[in-house]
Amino acid sequence: MSDILKGRTGDWEMVIGLEVHAQVIVQAKLFSGAATAFGADPNEQVSFIDAAMPGMLPVLNEACVEQAVRTGLALNAEIKLESIFARKNYFYPDMPQGYQISQYEEPIVGEGEIVIDLPDEETRTIGIERLHLEQDAGKSLHDRYPGKTYIDLNRSGVTLMEIVSKPDMRSAEQAAAYVTKLRAILRYIGSCDGNMQEGSLRVDANLSVRRPEGSLGTRCEIKNLNSIRFMRQAIDYEAARQIEILEEGGEIEQETRLFDSGRGETRSMRSKEDAHDYRYFPDPDLLPLRLEQSYVDELRVSLPELPEAKKQRFMESFGLSAYDASVLVAERETAEYFETVAEGRDPKLAANWVISELFGNLNKAEISVAESPVTALALGGLIDLIADGTISGRIAKDVFSDMFETGKSAVDIVEHKGLKQVSDTEALEAAVAEVMDSNPGRVADYRGGNQKLISWFMGQIMKASGGKANPQMVNQLLREKLDTGD
Amino acid sequence: MSALIDLTLAEARDGLAAGEFTSVELTEAHIAASEAVRDLNCYILETPEVAREMAQVADIRRGCGDVGLLNGMPIAIKDLFCTMGVQATAGSHILEGFIPPYESTVTRQLWDAGAVMLGKTNLDEFAMGSSNMTSYFGPVMNPWQRAGDPAAKLVPGGSSGGSAAIVAARGALASTGTDTGGSIRQPGSFCGIVGMKPTYGRCSRWGIIAFASSLDQAGPLTRTVRDAAIMLGAMAGHDPKDSTSVNVPVPDYEVAIGGNLKGLKVGVPKEYRFDGLSAEIEALWEKGIGWLKDAGAAIVDISLPHTKYALPAYYIVAPAEASSNLARYDGVRYGLRVDGDTPQEMYENTRGEGFGAEVKRRVLIGTYVLSAGYYDAYYLQAQKVRTRIAQDFHEAWKKVDAILTPTTPNAAFAQGEKMSDPIAMYMNDVLTVPASMSGLPAISVPAGLSADALPLGLHVIGRPFDEKTVFKIGHVIEEAANFTKTPQLIAGDR
Amino acid sequence: MSLDKNTVRKIATLARIRVETDALEPLASELNKILGWVEQLNEVDTRGVPPMTSVVETEPFKRADQVDDGNRVEQVLANAPEETNHFFVVPKVIE
Repeated sequence: MSDILKGRTGDWEMVIGLEVHAQVIVQAKLFSGAATAFGADPNEQVSFIDAAMPGMLPVLNEACVEQAVRTGLALNAEIKLESIFARKNYFYPDMPQGYQISQYEEPIVGEGEIVIDLPDEETRTIGIERLHLEQDAGKSLHDRYPGKTYIDLNRSGVTLMEIVSKPDMRSAEQAAAYVTKLRAILRYIGSCDGNMQEGSLRVDANLSVRRPEGSLGTRCEIKNLNSIRFMRQAIDYEAARQIEILEEGGEIEQETRLFDSGRGETRSMRSKEDAHDYRYFPDPDLLPLRLEQSYVDELRVSLPELPEAKKQRFMESFGLSAYDASVLVAERETAEYFETVAEGRDPKLAANWVISELFGNLNKAEISVAESPVTALALGGLIDLIADGTISGRIAKDVFSDMFETGKSAVDIVEHKGLKQVSDTEALEAAVAEVMDSNPGRVADYRGGNQKLISWFMGQIMKASGGKANPQMVNQLLREKLDTGD
Repeated sequence: MSALIDLTLAEARDGLAAGEFTSVELTEAHIAASEAVRDLNCYILETPEVAREMAQVADIRRGCGDVGLLNGMPIAIKDLFCTMGVQATAGSHILEGFIPPYESTVTRQLWDAGAVMLGKTNLDEFAMGSSNMTSYFGPVMNPWQRAGDPAAKLVPGGSSGGSAAIVAARGALASTGTDTGGSIRQPGSFCGIVGMKPTYGRCSRWGIIAFASSLDQAGPLTRTVRDAAIMLGAMAGHDPKDSTSVNVPVPDYEVAIGGNLKGLKVGVPKEYRFDGLSAEIEALWEKGIGWLKDAGAAIVDISLPHTKYALPAYYIVAPAEASSNLARYDGVRYGLRVDGDTPQEMYENTRGEGFGAEVKRRVLIGTYVLSAGYYDAYYLQAQKVRTRIAQDFHEAWKKVDAILTPTTPNAAFAQGEKMSDPIAMYMNDVLTVPASMSGLPAISVPAGLSADALPLGLHVIGRPFDEKTVFKIGHVIEEAANFTKTPQLIAGDR
Repeated sequence: MSLDKNTVRKIATLARIRVETDALEPLASELNKILGWVEQLNEVDTRGVPPMTSVVETEPFKRADQVDDGNRVEQVLANAPEETNHFFVVPKVIE
């Protein structure tokens, strides 16, 4: 696997760090009791605190602390038993306080790491620098009226976890794998729904290029990437842009850039004033946050099995390949679905059915596992019918399609359509004899060396039986009769 | 009218209970008195109609046996407290016309206790000042005049200048103030009344327009120590809406008043005897020490080595916090808006026009000391010095139960004096600021008169949440001082 | 640490306060006086001293996660200098 980019003047390497802002799943806001649900009418979910009225004060929501700690634990990170809320001071119309309450020198979570899945069953460990809690800003709408910006503060004060990775990624693909894995972890533990379109997960990418083994270059930040696809495009474009400049002998200017998805380019965010001086200082309206080790330990114990551990377990207990295991554990719901199907059955068969048939149908219908018309138990039932020979694998696929469309059980459909496999030896022998007698020429060809004709014979018998002949038995009988020459 | 407005809060409480008069009568008398001293400019907004309604309700509640701690008492509220439906300006042009849709916790408690609101009092803009000269709504005049110089208009002190002056002039039975570096105690001293700042966290800050979050505290201004104890009882209490509010039960402060000081040790810190402390104030301090000794207290010399650094540290920490707290005044959601082509321009115009000179100065200092490259040298260093100051007191509490100092280094000065040098103005708080920086409860009690017959106060500092001892000692001073003189510009026929 | 009028201009911009050009010099001089006066804090030995992070020693109160606020759009907008359809309105932001 090469992450080396070939330039005109030599090799280059990307150095990528990602800052992910994840909206936390809680009912109320970080420091006020207003609601956080998406899609409310403007300024309906705004308390006096969120509107930064005179004399208002923040009070910390305990559930936000819990979610941050759980997330930190799921990232294998150090939980800081003492952390401090700090004010990040800057002026913007959707930032009513004139400062954002965030965390600066003492965040609630320190260093951690996650394992990302790459093609060809490769993995890579990506370091986490820190995770901290902070307020989200409101929304500015610039296109409602000429010359005016409309401000909706519903989102002002919603809880964000900012998760900062170490600059350990070397390609757009790795960045995508990181976001995918991180998103899966957050969804697994229920601390964020990871919906990038709705903005509950936002990514800023920090990218620089350097000669392999060389010193770090100047980085640029690409802000507010709201899909993995755009992130990959932005990273590739930006790396090429920076390499081009350096190869021409120029210098990279440290700046913030935006991704123009229409053009597939990054462009500089021109702002009139100098780089922000945020004048961070500990928020005097809030006391230092102190956590007991026992509180952290209790949360650790109550975490669900995480994707990485589940993947390993699937590989070991069920003998699945790394690829199959990763696919199944990508979402907690699919992993649970699979385990229900695999219970007391051949896990590889179960995996196969879930990955190819179930996922295939779900994707085509654009629905999720949770909305699947075929429940895990129902699919299990179908697999049982294959395992005990009632139907063939070939027929089972048709039955599944039917199940998916009608929601009926496998047994019902097989009964109703009379799809039971014919495994009666006498009947099958008769069918084999029938086809051989009707086609002496082909029998002679087969015996003469054209072994491939066996599939033609199979096809004939399957057609004659309406697909219900037990193919393994037919195959065996054909070989016996054809090979023995009688 | 004179009789009613000469009552203390405690006496009014007795009179109302005995049915000698009604709240409506008591309130009417104070409305008239406030009107009579209007020239002092104590109020930004008088609310006589609201007062009359509240007085009627108080009488009705009394009739039903629902008698709160302050039932029927007409009081004035510093215009830094948000009062629902009634303008709150913080003494600033930038909030002129702002009508809060919520009530501060402290005033909510006062109304629940049956008190009556006479109006919102004048203050230094955003509580930044020691003279009430920085208010957008004009200066307040101290009802006291210099002997032999009645033409000189004197300042009432600040920032709670209006609150102090109206109580001294008998326009209100009591008032609320806020104290960040001395803003209750210093005007109390200048106006010859009692001003009390409780322990940080004792009263809720919710709904009080913030100046410096780690220092602001609400407190009472009254004519007697007993009155202050009664007021604080109604104002104090834990508030879950304020994360810095402390969950400690509110005792009956009144019961602490009376009795001698046997067994109590009172500290006299040598560092408060600084160069420039006038001889007459030193003399008053000595007198005070004598009074406490007579009452049975043991006097102990103590050292608070970092005293002189409290004021400069305060003038880094407070402006820093203020620069951030005042960022919300931007013309977007409330208050003054001066338009611009872009929001950033609108902010600059609004704040440029809306803030007065002192506020601008402090916001700029605050912005500077937090800025990149200066945070460590200024803000961080100031917060470390603050720890040292708190440590000094912590050590002192091992030896003494309370500390006695003068309240201010001088008596009230004239309007316009000390305006050219900001530091000369800041020095007004040199004796009150250390207690603020350590979050300690402290009271100023009128103890004597200066050579030009102006009030001087003595200052008692106590342990955290030991307001009772502070009141107890304050009362002893009050009794011994027997300060009966009243200001010249007082309401009523005399 | 001496401020010149350019620094004052920069700070005024950071603080979003318009200061007229002819006011910069006098303001610089006032601020310098104050800053010069607070310099004395450097006399204090603060090695090993933690900065004061909280004046009170108390367990911070944490709210339970429930929706008990908001739904008061009229009150929130009541003092707005400009509003339309329940939005706050400001001059257009130019990015």
